[in-house]
Amino acid sequence: MTDKGYLPQDKWEPFIESLSNDFRVYAPCEEDGVITFQVLEKGKKVDLSRPSTSAPKGVMFPQSERLFSFDFKKAPESPDKMAVELDASTNMPETVIIGARPCDAKGFLTYDRVYLEVDPYYRERREKTTVVGFCCNGPFAGCFCTSAGGGLAEKEGSDLFVTEVDNGYFLEAITEKGKKLLGRPMVEDGASHADAASKKQEQASKALQKVIPGDPEPRISREAFESDAFWDEVSAKCLSCGVCTYLCPTCYCFNITDEARLEGGERVRSWDACMFHHFTLEASGHNPRGRKAMRLKQRVGHKFLYYVDKYGTIACSGCGRCIRHCPVSVEISGIVARLTEGAQEDQKAAEARS
Amino acid sequence: MNAQELRKAAKEVLPSVDVVIGQRAGFDPLHAEPCFATKPEDVDDFIASPLCVHNLASYLPSLKGKKVAVVVKGCDSRTVVQFLEEGLIKRENVTVIGVPCSGIISVKKVLERVSHEPIQSISFDNETVTVKTNKREEKIPLLEVAPGKCTTCQYPNPLIFDVLVGQKLEPRGSAEAVYDDIREFETKSLEERKEYWEKTLGRCIRCYACRNACPLCVCQESCIAETRDPHWMSQKDDPKEKMTFHMIHAIHLAGRCTECGECERVCPMDIPLGQLKKKINMGMKELYDYVPGINPEEKPPMYVFKVEEDKIEEHELS
Ligand code: SF4
Ligand code: SF4
Ligand code: SF4
Ligand code: SF4
Ligand code: SF4
Repeated sequence: MTDKGYLPQDKWEPFIESLSNDFRVYAPCEEDGVITFQVLEKGKKVDLSRPSTSAPKGVMFPQSERLFSFDFKKAPESPDKMAVELDASTNMPETVIIGARPCDAKGFLTYDRVYLEVDPYYRERREKTTVVGFCCNGPFAGCFCTSAGGGLAEKEGSDLFVTEVDNGYFLEAITEKGKKLLGRPMVEDGASHADAASKKQEQASKALQKVIPGDPEPRISREAFESDAFWDEVSAKCLSCGVCTYLCPTCYCFNITDEARLEGGERVRSWDACMFHHFTLEASGHNPRGRKAMRLKQRVGHKFLYYVDKYGTIACSGCGRCIRHCPVSVEISGIVARLTEGAQEDQKAAEARS
Repeated sequence: MNAQELRKAAKEVLPSVDVVIGQRAGFDPLHAEPCFATKPEDVDDFIASPLCVHNLASYLPSLKGKKVAVVVKGCDSRTVVQFLEEGLIKRENVTVIGVPCSGIISVKKVLERVSHEPIQSISFDNETVTVKTNKREEKIPLLEVAPGKCTTCQYPNPLIFDVLVGQKLEPRGSAEAVYDDIREFETKSLEERKEYWEKTLGRCIRCYACRNACPLCVCQESCIAETRDPHWMSQKDDPKEKMTFHMIHAIHLAGRCTECGECERVCPMDIPLGQLKKKINMGMKELYDYVPGINPEEKPPMYVFKVEEDKIEEHELS
């Protein structure tokens, strides 16, 4: 089996449609001016013109997910006893995600490090999902992937990588899963388009300059990070909402609730957000992160310090969604830029001079 | 709107307060952001233009105990008035810098207008917006890319202020026209309307930005959409839960919403939440002859328990 394929322009849509016969296909689709990843059905069109409002994370890590259901049953022979029946069966279909940008695809790697080994629900979905990424046509307002260890032609996280060239699409298998898709009908041999594709990728990689110092990723200074005054200043306008975390391809916090009826119910895992007041509210009423300054500090700290301590890399792919869609334009790239080691030294030097 | 005059006024006020809240340029040419000025240099960043979309009055209750000056447009000033009606702020702690306003942009509408091409610059001249993208330059009448509230603005001039910056303006169109969109929507059948709301609210991700941005949503962290104990609402993301949350939000704003449009502006999923609030306000006007955020001496209907509401005709029991 080859690892390079090609689809002429007019075969692109039929190819995606044919995938729907064997997989559940998610793709960015527009509805009332908003692009989100939706299950591709008849009449829906893939829209790759600009980044989707929400990341494809929900495909792998749903906003709310039934972990198991429980039913209370009275034993007919002894009515004073109650039996509980649990059903933890899962039924996750083979899935393909079309149109993940490099920053979206990279997000899944952030989850893998945390969930793949320990979480059977995530693992099953992950194993059954093939990610088709593509060479990005950005940058767009707020994008900073090149400052987050990625780039517009970064293939990490994709199983199959698509580059638009020569009136068609060059397909590059990155993993075995990706290779399988190349064996499907309509896919032609792609070897003769490889050069054009790598030129295109090279161009794309240069389309966005770094906005935060640090190679390949920014490292922030712990000393600067601990300044309360800094967090008070940058969080003053924050509304403590869930926009930044819920749209983010790398945020993965959850809550677990029992959604019960009288005769039974479900245990549900749903997204949660460190920006919410409730997130750390303790049963006693005490809240260790009672102010929004502490919460914004946590969000940035988790992505650029704590996650790095644990896994050796940052938990942000620079997709810019939290900047673009924040109601009050909190700009994480600007915050991180001010906290990097380099910026700190520059500032100290400036202070010493004045 | 004139930034120089605004900065001058803000600097005069600054020594007598802890903070002056204005707006400054944000991360790209299309966005302004709230700016909390504590030093005269901070005030130099203040801008005054149709980019100033934020209702800064929203921050007032969270700054209790501080002396705060706030820059408000006409519609934002109604929030201040409503806070006073409901006793949520103390008048003596707030200095209102009022700016008459001829309209703001809707970021979403501008982006739609230029097919979401990356914006290089935006400028304003006599209610004309000039937008430059990496592919074209377009001149657009401001009202074509303004939020709905501006096209029927009845209160371009702040209703309450300590300092006024700029010339007073005329309201736009008749007061009746404000609810034309709601009346039109109501000509649809119940099924059509239900389908519309199920579809649009179905997009909701329960991020609660609409709630948190709403100046009059006073429960905030005690909102029943989130509380665990008691566990009022399921955390599942099905349409029923989303609908319930939005109905609760709308009902809690009955006779309190000043139609500043923040809920709708901040929604990442572009859900026209303002329509729900306007619908209820329309009813409050008809039933109680009450318009929120107009007169600081008034109290909203149903604000305290009364056997008979002031302005409603009770049916006689016979
Ligand atoms: S962050 Fe990079 S890869 Fe993602 S949309 Fe922007 S430019 Fe493309
Ligand atoms: S940073 Fe922005 S998006 Fe995030 S919680 Fe604050 S206001 Fe909401
Ligand atoms: S933190 Fe912001 S920029 Fe980084 S991945 Fe998440 S949404 Fe994207
Ligand atoms: S509603 Fe009136 S005061 Fe408010 S932004 Fe629009 S034009 Fe200005
Ligand atoms: S801001 Fe929009 S998406 Fe978020 S909770 Fe409100 S309606 Fe839902």
